[in-house]
Amino acid sequence: MSEVTRRRQAFWAGLALPGVAWQAVFFLLPFYVIVCVAFGTVDPIFQTPRPAWNPLTWDPQAFEFVFEGLFSSGGSLQRVFIRTFVYVAIAVALSLAIAYPVAYFVARHGGRWKGILLVGLVAPFFISYLMRMLAWINLLQDDGWVNDVLLWAGILDAPRNWLDGRASSVILGLVYGYVPFMILTLYAFLDRIDRSLLEAARDLGASPSRAFRLVTLPLSTPAVLAGCAIIALPMFGDYYTPDLLSGSPNTSLIGNQITQYILGGPQQNVGAALVVVLMMMLSILLAYYVIATARAERRLQR
Amino acid sequence: MTTTAASAPATRARRFRDRFSNPWGKPRFLVFITLTYLAWSIVPILIAIRFSFNEGRSRSTAQGWSFQWYWENPDLSVLHDPDLSGALVQSLKLAALAVAITVPLGVALAIGLARWRGRAASGARGVSIIPLVTPEIVLGVALLLSFVQVLTFIDLGTIAQAIGHVTFSLAFVLIIVRGRLLSISPEYEEAAQDLGGSTFQALRLALLPMLTPAIVASAIVVFAISMDDFVVSAYLSADSTTDTVPVRIYSAGRAAPTPALNALATLTLAITLAVVAAAFVLWRIVQRRRGKGGIVEELAQRGAS
Repeated sequence: MSEVTRRRQAFWAGLALPGVAWQAVFFLLPFYVIVCVAFGTVDPIFQTPRPAWNPLTWDPQAFEFVFEGLFSSGGSLQRVFIRTFVYVAIAVALSLAIAYPVAYFVARHGGRWKGILLVGLVAPFFISYLMRMLAWINLLQDDGWVNDVLLWAGILDAPRNWLDGRASSVILGLVYGYVPFMILTLYAFLDRIDRSLLEAARDLGASPSRAFRLVTLPLSTPAVLAGCAIIALPMFGDYYTPDLLSGSPNTSLIGNQITQYILGGPQQNVGAALVVVLMMMLSILLAYYVIATARAERRLQR
Repeated sequence: MTTTAASAPATRARRFRDRFSNPWGKPRFLVFITLTYLAWSIVPILIAIRFSFNEGRSRSTAQGWSFQWYWENPDLSVLHDPDLSGALVQSLKLAALAVAITVPLGVALAIGLARWRGRAASGARGVSIIPLVTPEIVLGVALLLSFVQVLTFIDLGTIAQAIGHVTFSLAFVLIIVRGRLLSISPEYEEAAQDLGGSTFQALRLALLPMLTPAIVASAIVVFAISMDDFVVSAYLSADSTTDTVPVRIYSAGRAAPTPALNALATLTLAITLAVVAAAFVLWRIVQRRRGKGGIVEELAQRGAS
């Protein structure tokens, strides 16, 4: 390496340094703190956590507590985990069913309306998630417009309380809250698919549906998986949607459990252990996402 | 008689099939889904905004029009209820801090990581996008425990919240700026350096002007996600005086007795949109004044002087 190159490299490294340091102190270190609190104990008098900073003194009692609740059948923790997975799976599937056709339509058939359609797709990003939940609280009240419409249409005989612990309301909230992220992910990808591939398929005699099935669908599989990961990850940590749209322990998710232990209870180490367990489970999703993005980026660079 | 009765549904079925299998026809089914989706995503918000102008106290039925919940009501309006107006101020304060810190930090990080070769750089590159895909609750818990256990000199409240906002929005800036950087070949900086500029001048005169759209875009995105953030703000809030708008909506959402909460949400939305629009317009003006050959002209002038 020549002197000039070395000096330039040092300059670029110096430019990155503050950001790298920030992430080391406020992102990597906090992760270590979580692990140490999870492997620590709780002060018997003050009920505050006593983290174990030295890995040699790590005490797995919080994890034993969590795994006991997870693997003993019928345990409350087990039910919460299963419920979370079921809700997230349903919400992701519904989101995909909505997002794919919408993204596909705007990307392929948007035409001169594309600009306006895109504004509509991006708009939810500038509206706070909590405001969007608030809108549904307004609509789902006893005397709200959802009940009005359902009564008028004859679907319901009497107004129903939608906000007293219904899985359907929580799942509706999750889909409503996160589907825009999936649509944009899919749109960005579908928009870049080379149309000449489709034209070639059509020239070779494929029907539109066959061309879709054999060209567009396989090409968009990575985008579908990325979109699913992008909305599933925050859903696993969500606690405000069930709190706002149901508020009942019958719909409580992993996020609610974590919040209860960390913000409310005397067992912060259990809360931390729950976070670690959740991260372990999500790391598969995470790893996939990171690898897929890296691969897509490499393809762009080429 | 029997034949016509039997063939009527058959022709209808065929017409139905033709309509859907005609490759040159409009994809009606997709149009329907898209329009339904857009209506479903926008109309609830419009209804919530409409209720904020209610004259009565209901948040679920339309009751006349007034500004009562914005400023007219002497106790319960956004203007006169310190919990509500304080939340709005806190949200704006945090968003301003987040933009002011994250944008320079993130742009420098993105450029540095893109040009700096070596193993450390690729490691940092990998770590730096993890916050993007970490559930916010994990970051919230991690920072809360850190501020209580280790970084005890940082009190919960505005500073802790701002640090949280910067930490998760850094990754967004990184992604946006890096995307733009990939499309700029290093030849521009090399040219600048060949013309006698230092690495720093190459950065300032060649790279930064080309990155302006990405920088403006990341400022807008950081502002929007900071205003939107709930989990980190809630976990790192010291007490009700450091609650942001989303935190207030969360704690009062189910219990709120009046549409003042809707008014607060509407105001927040209006301010967010106004700031985004202003940033966009400002950028267009700057761009127009600078003209298309900005970089080249500036370099030529520097070379001459």
